[in-house]
Amino acid sequence: MLTFLAKRILQLIPTLFFVSVLIFSLQQLLPGDPALIMAGEDRDPAVIEQIRKQYRLDQPIPVQYVFWVKGVLSGDLGESMRNKQKVLDLVLQKLPVTMQLASMAIIIALSIGITAGVISAVYKDTPWDYAANVFALWGLSTPNFWLGIMLIFLFSVQLGWLPPSGYVPLTEDWRQSLATTIMPAFVLGNAIAAVLMRHTRSAMLQALNSDYVRTARAKGLLERSVILKHAMRNALTPVITLGALEFGTLLSGAVLTEQIFTIPGFGKLIIDAVFNRDYAVVQGVVLVTATTYITLNLLADVLYVLVNPRLRA
Amino acid sequence: MQASHPLSPAQAGVQKPGLLGPRFRGDERERRADETIESPMRRALRRLKRRKGAVAGLIVIALFVLVAVFAPLIAPYDPAAQSWTAVRKAPSAAHWLGTDDVGRDVLARVIFGARASLLAGVISVAIAVSIGVPLGLISGYLGGWVDALLSRITDAMLAVPFLILAIALAAFLGPSLGNAMIAIGVTTTPIFVRLTRGQVMAVKVEDYVEAARAIGNPRWRIALFHILPNILPALLVQGTLSIAAAIIAEAALSFLGLGQQPPAPSWGSMLNSAQRFLTTASWMAIWPGLAIFLTVLSFNLVGDGLRDALDPKER
Repeated sequence: MLTFLAKRILQLIPTLFFVSVLIFSLQQLLPGDPALIMAGEDRDPAVIEQIRKQYRLDQPIPVQYVFWVKGVLSGDLGESMRNKQKVLDLVLQKLPVTMQLASMAIIIALSIGITAGVISAVYKDTPWDYAANVFALWGLSTPNFWLGIMLIFLFSVQLGWLPPSGYVPLTEDWRQSLATTIMPAFVLGNAIAAVLMRHTRSAMLQALNSDYVRTARAKGLLERSVILKHAMRNALTPVITLGALEFGTLLSGAVLTEQIFTIPGFGKLIIDAVFNRDYAVVQGVVLVTATTYITLNLLADVLYVLVNPRLRA
Repeated sequence: MQASHPLSPAQAGVQKPGLLGPRFRGDERERRADETIESPMRRALRRLKRRKGAVAGLIVIALFVLVAVFAPLIAPYDPAAQSWTAVRKAPSAAHWLGTDDVGRDVLARVIFGARASLLAGVISVAIAVSIGVPLGLISGYLGGWVDALLSRITDAMLAVPFLILAIALAAFLGPSLGNAMIAIGVTTTPIFVRLTRGQVMAVKVEDYVEAARAIGNPRWRIALFHILPNILPALLVQGTLSIAAAIIAEAALSFLGLGQQPPAPSWGSMLNSAQRFLTTASWMAIWPGLAIFLTVLSFNLVGDGLRDALDPKER
C-alpha cells in the first residue's frame, strides 16, 4: 500500500509540472503585447512600463515561468487586475458556494443514478430497463444550460414555485438557500446521474452473473438480500470511485449553471474574469480546479485500493 | 473463423454427421469457413441496422446535414433580417416558430444555426483526431521515455475539466467560432491520445503484428498498415461520441459569448438572448435547445449503436 501510494504521488509531480506549463502558456496565446492588454484603456507609456516590470514581461519566458511557479508555490496566484484582490482570496471566497451546489448535485446524482442502474440491471430487458436507459440517454444528450432555462421557465415563470436566480447562503436562511440552489443542483446532477446509471448497470449485471451470487441464490437466500447484500455491495465500490472522476463534469457544469442562475460561485468567477479580461483570475481558477481534480483522483485511487482487498499488496 | 451467427443460413450445412470419413469432413469444414466469412464492415453494418435507435439517429443526422447544406433554400427568411414591426411575435402562419427580440425569424435562425453546430462538431473532432491519433500511435508503439512524456502531458490536460479548459483557451485566443473550434479540438485531443495509446498497446502484442515485424516491415509501416486498421473501430465509436460532446461544447461557448459572434446565428447564442425573454417569448428558448438536444441525442445513439455493432465479443 505504501509503495503504491509513493509511486502514485511521484507520478503526480510531472503531471503537476505540465499542468503549470499549460496554464502558464495560456497567456502566450494572447494576441499582441500583454502589457498593453493589461493596461486596458490606459495608454500611458509609464503605466505600461510599470506593468511590464511588475509582471516581469521584459524577461525571457522561462524566467517569467520560474517566477510565476515560485509565486504559485507560496500561495500567490497573482491579483485581479480589476479590483486588485488576491486571486487566492477570490477563489476561496467563492468556493463554499460551488461546494454547496456540488454536494447537492452529487446527492441527487447518486440517488437517481444508482437507483436507476440497479433497477435496470435487476429487471434487465423489461420496460424498467428501457426506461432507465432512455433516462440515461436523455441525461447525456441534454445541454445543461438548456435544461436550466427550461426549469426556470417551468418552475419560476409558469408555476412561480422557485426563484429564477440569485443565491442565499445556507447560514443565512436554509430554506431560501435550498430554494435557490435546488434547480441548479438538479441540472448539475442530471448529467452525472446518467453516467452513474450506466456504470452501475454494467457493474450490477456483471455481479449478478458471478459465482458468489449464484452461490447465494443456491443457498436459498431471499432474492432481495442477494441483490442488496451480495451483488450491490460488490458492484458499487467501483461506481463510487468512478463517481469521483465526475468531479470535472461537475465543475464544467457549474460554469454554465451558475451563469444561468446567477449564483456567485466558482463558475461565475471564471466567466466574469473572462469578460473582464482578468487573465490572472482565469489562470488561478484553472490552476485550483486542476489541482483539486488531481488530488481527488489520487484519493479515488487510494480509496479503490483500500476497499478492494484483492488489490492490497 | 469463429462460429457464425445463429441465424445465418450457413449454419444449416454444418450439422451434417461425420459419417463420410475425415476427408469429407475436412472439405465440409473448408466450405463452412467460406460461407460464414463476412467482411467485418458488412457484419457491423448488418448489426447496426438491427438497432432502431442508431438508425433513427443516422436519419436525424442526415436530415440536419441536409438542412445545414441547403439552409438558404429552406429558410423562409433571411436569418439576419431584423424587423421592428415583428419583435417577439408568437409562432404564427407567417413565422412558424415565432420571432426573436429584434424581429428575426426563429425558424430561419434555427436552420442556419445547424451550420455552426455541425461544423463545430466535425471540425473540432477532426482537429483532435489528427493530433491525437498520431501521438497515441507514437506513444503506444514506441513506449519508453517518449511514451512517459506524452502520457504525463495527456494527464495534465485531462486534469483540467473539459469545458473549463475550452473556456480558458477560447478566452485567451479571443471569441470567434473558429477559435472555439480550435479550443474544443485541442481540449478533446488527450482523449484520443489516451484511447489510441491503449488500443495500440493491446494490439501490438498480437501475432499478426509479430509476423509483420518478422518479415522485416519498417516500424512506421507496421504502425500505419497493421496496427491502425485494427484500432479503427474504437476510434470510430469515440469519434462519434466526441462529435456529440463537441456540439454541446460549441453551444455552451456560444451561449457564454465565446463562440459564434452575433449576429451570425448559432443555437447556443440564440439561447443566450432567449434567457432574457423567458416570461414574454418562451419560443425563443424552446426551439434552439430542442435542436441541440436532437442533434446530440442522434450522435449519441449512433455512437452507442456503433459500439455494440463493432464489439467483437458480441455476435
